[in-house]
Amino acid sequence: MEVFLQQLINGLTLGSIYGLIAIGYTMVFGIIGMVNFAHGDVFMVSSFIALIVFLILTAWLGISSIALALLIVLVVAMILTGLWGWAIERVAYRPLRGSFRLAPLISAIGVSIFLSNFVQVAQGARNKSTPPLLSGGITLMESESYTVFLSYKQCLIMAVTAVLLTGFWYLVQRTPFGRAQRACEQDRKMAALLGIDVDRTISLTFVLGAALAAVAGVLYLLYYGTVSFSDGFVPGVKAFTAAVLGGIGSLPGAVLGGLIIGLIEVFWSAYFSIEYKDVAAFSILAIVLIFMPSGILGRAEVEKV
Amino acid sequence: MSVAGINVLVEETRAIQARAGEPLLAIEDVSTYYGSVAALRGVDLTVGRGEIVTLIGANGAGKSTLMMTIFGAPRARSGTIRYAGEDITRLPTHRIARLGLAQSPEGRRVFPRMSVFENLQMGASLHGGRWFAQDLERVCALFPRLKERLQQRAGTMSGGEQQMLAIGRALMSRPTLLLLDEPSLGLAPLVVKGIFDAIRDLNRQDGMTIFLVEQNAYHALKLAHRGYVLVNGRVTMSGTGRQLLDDPAVKAAYLEGGHGAATTA
Repeated sequence: MEVFLQQLINGLTLGSIYGLIAIGYTMVFGIIGMVNFAHGDVFMVSSFIALIVFLILTAWLGISSIALALLIVLVVAMILTGLWGWAIERVAYRPLRGSFRLAPLISAIGVSIFLSNFVQVAQGARNKSTPPLLSGGITLMESESYTVFLSYKQCLIMAVTAVLLTGFWYLVQRTPFGRAQRACEQDRKMAALLGIDVDRTISLTFVLGAALAAVAGVLYLLYYGTVSFSDGFVPGVKAFTAAVLGGIGSLPGAVLGGLIIGLIEVFWSAYFSIEYKDVAAFSILAIVLIFMPSGILGRAEVEKV
Repeated sequence: MSVAGINVLVEETRAIQARAGEPLLAIEDVSTYYGSVAALRGVDLTVGRGEIVTLIGANGAGKSTLMMTIFGAPRARSGTIRYAGEDITRLPTHRIARLGLAQSPEGRRVFPRMSVFENLQMGASLHGGRWFAQDLERVCALFPRLKERLQQRAGTMSGGEQQMLAIGRALMSRPTLLLLDEPSLGLAPLVVKGIFDAIRDLNRQDGMTIFLVEQNAYHALKLAHRGYVLVNGRVTMSGTGRQLLDDPAVKAAYLEGGHGAATTA
């Protein structure tokens, strides 16, 4: 029972991070029908931005309050990563819009390779670490053999994720921008007929996706305390898997998929073997897709005409 | 006042006169292609302020293509389209919409996974909700059916209801020029009558200019001030609604066997 509870906490934490990244995949797919393979690397870049900003704040500016530093890091990382997202769409995808379907996909793979190599050259190939942050936590349950421990980091990760997802949900469901975004997703041409600037809406979608990936990047750095140029790939693929599992195009699906992948991975590592955790996660994906081809919350393609 | 000053005045007056005499929408020699296939071949057409103009023609004649070409999607390969004197041929679609044109397009194109209410909000997005409550009331008065279904997802409604929504959505932007592509399609005769009455009211009471594409040629020509006949991407005939209704060729091609034949015979 204690082991289970502990793994549940660990899994939800990891799943939150996957969910945040998965939203970027699912939104971009929803609006332009393309898998943005560079999204994992955008996440990695945001981790580096977070690391650099954090070091500037603490080492140069001498900010001693960790809470304040983290808040600034989060905001700056979201803004700068959002700019990256905007620039990538502008340079690598928009010129290819209206081209054949595979073109932007190949371009995305190119951007992915560019980003990881750029970071490798600019920051070096070795793992970069932060000093330990936010140590400590709450002991939830204690028996002779096992302690269930909820660290402050995990609290923070889950809280930040919950707050941002709520805000994001509000943005998409209740604001004019969110409405325009959903309209473009359903019928771009019609949205343009109503005066919606479709290109601008797509750009903003990329910015939003990148900003949420930045949140994930900051939390990832906080959680693991280390990041390397190659760290975009695996979390990126996992988050993409999460988006597909939840039903690509569906926002709640992306979050649900992220949580499921995180939980599977953690539970498999705890009860079976850590080496096969990825096999487990991807096997579940395969099985779910056999029985629900459009994912758990994905919509069936049938629509009344 | 100096002579130069008077000259400027005269010129300004001329410019104003020219603008007043100019049609709201002027399509000149417009050709549109899908790949290498010509859908419109040198179409000339005008819609004056305050008019109801109808375009009739068989399936595949290019009526809907013309409607969409006005909005730049697809773009005209040659020719010019002017709206209120401004050349809009190369403007992006969303900028054209912001000039005060609205369209209820072929196939209705309601946003299927949005509620009726949200669809209407989308129609009003140009104004940022300034007149939303008032316009919503007007649309609901026009189509009481929509009022009952404001929270329903548009994709689950019947074809006729979606048609009402598409027209309502277009009205929400308070257009100067309203383009309606087959508003009677899929509607019960009684509802069709309601829609045509509504079009007449919009034109007479609100002074809205209306460009109407219809298969239902009899109703459309009865309603319109002027009409055009489109055949294979070319305008073959034009005239007042009455003239076209009485024209034997129009009768034979578009009115025989229909409601029109019975009443005009």
